[in-house]
Amino acid sequence: MTDDTRKQASETAPGPDATPEATPAPYAASLAAAGPMPSAPPRSQWFDVWRQFTHHKGAMLGGIVFILMVLTVFVGPLFWTVDPTFIDIRARNSQAITSCILTFSQMFSCFADPSSVGIKASWAHPLGADQLGRDTLARMMAGGQTSLSVGIAAMVLSLILGSLFGVLAGYFRKLDGPLMRMTDLFLALPLLPLLLVMVLLFREPLSAAFGPETGIFILIVVAIGITSWMPAARIVRGDVLALKEREFVLAARSIGTTNTKMISRHILPNVISPIMVSATLGIANAIITESALSFLGLGFPPDFPTWGRLLFDSIDYMQQNPERVILPGVAISLTVLSVNYLGDGLRDALDPRLRGR
Amino acid sequence: MLTYTIRRLVLAVPTLLFISVVIFLLLQLAPGDPMAQVPLTVPPEVKQKMREALGLGDSIYVQFWKWLVQFFWVEPQVLIDNIFGTHFADGKLRVLSWQTRSPVMDIVVQRLPQTLWVVGMSYVVGVLIALPIGIYSAYRQYSVFDQLGTFISMVGFSVPTFFTGVLLIVVFSVGLGWFPSIYDTTLQVNDWASFKLQIRQMVLPVFVLALYNAAQISRFMRASMLDNLNQDYVRTARAKGLGERVVVLVHVLRNSLIPVVTVIALGVPQVFGGAIITEQVFKVNGLGQLLITAIEANDLPMVQTLTFIFAVLIVLFNLVADVLYGILDPRIRYD
Repeated sequence: MTDDTRKQASETAPGPDATPEATPAPYAASLAAAGPMPSAPPRSQWFDVWRQFTHHKGAMLGGIVFILMVLTVFVGPLFWTVDPTFIDIRARNSQAITSCILTFSQMFSCFADPSSVGIKASWAHPLGADQLGRDTLARMMAGGQTSLSVGIAAMVLSLILGSLFGVLAGYFRKLDGPLMRMTDLFLALPLLPLLLVMVLLFREPLSAAFGPETGIFILIVVAIGITSWMPAARIVRGDVLALKEREFVLAARSIGTTNTKMISRHILPNVISPIMVSATLGIANAIITESALSFLGLGFPPDFPTWGRLLFDSIDYMQQNPERVILPGVAISLTVLSVNYLGDGLRDALDPRLRGR
Repeated sequence: MLTYTIRRLVLAVPTLLFISVVIFLLLQLAPGDPMAQVPLTVPPEVKQKMREALGLGDSIYVQFWKWLVQFFWVEPQVLIDNIFGTHFADGKLRVLSWQTRSPVMDIVVQRLPQTLWVVGMSYVVGVLIALPIGIYSAYRQYSVFDQLGTFISMVGFSVPTFFTGVLLIVVFSVGLGWFPSIYDTTLQVNDWASFKLQIRQMVLPVFVLALYNAAQISRFMRASMLDNLNQDYVRTARAKGLGERVVVLVHVLRNSLIPVVTVIALGVPQVFGGAIITEQVFKVNGLGQLLITAIEANDLPMVQTLTFIFAVLIVLFNLVADVLYGILDPRIRYD
């Protein structure tokens, strides 16, 4: 919430939003007469939210894991400068260095020189290499960049669509009926089959227009975005409907606030919390959908790794190199799990009924 | 209630029509040519004739109308013929697959048992696991069991089925060799040995899907139980001296099941959709696998029909969920 709206809210409607510390000046004198002034400095709303958030262990852990994941994937390539497409044919199908742990007695000599105990692994490829000798660590980081970018971009798109439709439907009574019927229609569509069909249909034209990688990126982001905005729209609409009845909206209207100003300065800042919760869940959903598409062979092209694609490509080799399947799978699951915990914590922190417990 | 149901059924018709139009128009944009697999030695005029034989020469709305008539008028007649031995549909054109030139619905009927067995069984197993876990972890909120239960359900909810499936194959088929990694649909169950084989090959796919469903449903069950456990009527029930078992399993459970039942109903069509991936992992040749092969082969009538069947399931179970909610909860009245 911006300072502006809070002032507005506290002056007109001392509801649950209005912080008691923000008492207007005229009353301060009478308060001082009634008793000692509170000595603690006034706290902002976001401070309370942050404090509640830090109390949620899962959410903190999830946040840390997610930030670490993003850092590894985007900053990691600066330190691990192996080209993910470079083919080191001698190292093909080599195992991760961690397979040394299973040699128990020779563990230390194995870590020093893996070939001495007959394991095909080397420090040049700490997580092994694929059937062509491409470095798995580098490919995991490159794949993570794509997966996370797709997840975040698709989430942003679906949130923009969701909050747009939600605010419009909640704010303008005339649009409510048609927009909500459209939401219901979209909810009744079988999404995964339609996504598969969409990807199949538009792959070629978009690849031709923007090049194979950008084309598929746009296609997948748009496809996921326009099939996942409905829950956010419904939640936002419900909140806007409730907000419209509040006194501060009435007050703002009475001083002649236009609809655009009203939405941008009073409505949107107040529905930011459900939008943020939907955002975290949206990232999780988008990452899973993208990997599912790649897993079905309908996502990114084979030489352009994503976590789902890496998992799909490794299935044929899972008997020799099980870690090649496990690594991308764990990466996807860990990201989604951390984002889900983050969302859980955010929901608790942003819910004023739970805060302060 | 009856009027509400009827009104919803009537409203479902335009919804389904709209969905079928969307699917149809989307498929019309398909760049693929169903004649792509025909040898190059076939002259272009013949190919053109073959295209027209598939009904591709007509304008879009004629094609759409034909599909509508075939799906909503001819196929039910075929169904009636099969049940009662009548001859309504004799000589009428059915929805034909471009891949096999046989009626789409016949293939769907062939594939349906596999999907129903695996997916249906996993949903039942998932619900049976989820309900006790949800009840107990709500009853002992913040206990070790609850912490563990919520963590496992969060994991089950976050880990995609294609990874759990592959992981289970790595551990139980490759490593331990307990279960087969591929679902063999040609297996005939006629004696005890083949029954055991059937059970063994169903364990992994059913477990993967059941874990995913149980994770979602147990979260709902727990939340709903928690809502009800603090209500006044629970205190009343305890105050009049009812046993803890009766209070929780009769009074609270019956009230908490209301939203959970609707969630279970809403989840049924999603299970059909989500099972596409699990079917692909374990090579179950059910409806999901049929859809994937049809999409890859540009078999538009098949894709159209299958997607539409999924849409019908979604609309139908939405309706079922709403009606169930009204029947189970007397506080809710639609009028």
